[in-house]
Amino acid sequence: MVRMRSLFAAVMLASIYSLLMAAIFVVLDAVDVAFTEAAVGAGISTVLMLGTLALTTNREKDPAHKPLLPLLVVTITGAALIYGTLDFPAFGSPDAPVHSELSRRFIEKSGEEIGIPNIVTSVLASYRGYDTLGETTVIFTAGIGVAFILWRQRRRHKRKGGRKT
Amino acid sequence: MAWLAPYNYWIFVFLMMIGLYTVVARGNLVKKVIGLNVFQASVILFYVSMGKINGGTAPILTGDPDTVYSNPLPHVLMLTAIVVGVATTALALALVVRINDAYGTVEEDEVQEMDRAS
Repeated sequence: MVRMRSLFAAVMLASIYSLLMAAIFVVLDAVDVAFTEAAVGAGISTVLMLGTLALTTNREKDPAHKPLLPLLVVTITGAALIYGTLDFPAFGSPDAPVHSELSRRFIEKSGEEIGIPNIVTSVLASYRGYDTLGETTVIFTAGIGVAFILWRQRRRHKRKGGRKT
Repeated sequence: MAWLAPYNYWIFVFLMMIGLYTVVARGNLVKKVIGLNVFQASVILFYVSMGKINGGTAPILTGDPDTVYSNPLPHVLMLTAIVVGVATTALALALVVRINDAYGTVEEDEVQEMDRAS
């Protein structure tokens, strides 16, 4: 995916990567995240990228210089992160600090307080409702941004075409 | 074998390194956006794997008091992250289309060269 010169193949591999990621999320009990990733990551992102390829180009040029500095930066970042994980709790351990009061309260009380069996939905739409409102604001802003960027381009195209004829 | 226990984080670190390398080393702007998506998926994997409990099940109430549920909180946060991620991807790709319209190329080197020349 990284070394591929054909961008179409790279986009397809990215889509497959997203789908595999969704399968891993199902194994990790995150069913809601899994179907969002499959729909949004493997679906909409791929469509957007294919649209971009259709509007630009499908081929990537060969890099001008050797990627030694980026390799060094990436290796140092990775080594630092792995050093940071050394005293993390073991994978799947039930007494990790993540599973402390807050999520235990959600699991115990959300059934009677909200009345929806899916805890993720209760937290998303009720306990963290403002968070979701902010999320939709971000999406709205991004949508306006995309519309303005592409709208200005279309207008300039029209003006250019008008001058030619 | 205790030092092998947080291996899920190492998978995340490996995927993150691939994504970061793609963002930093590749000159093609579409490739950079793909790298960002790989990076983002790896961070989501990091959060979701933190919420997993051995022997747990998906956080949907079964009515049985003995059921062990995986932590629902990282799932909620990552749902938001995925959707915001696709919004930023759309914005980035719109900018790529706009750059291609202005410069006639999506390679970073050529864009910078044109900027220097003008």
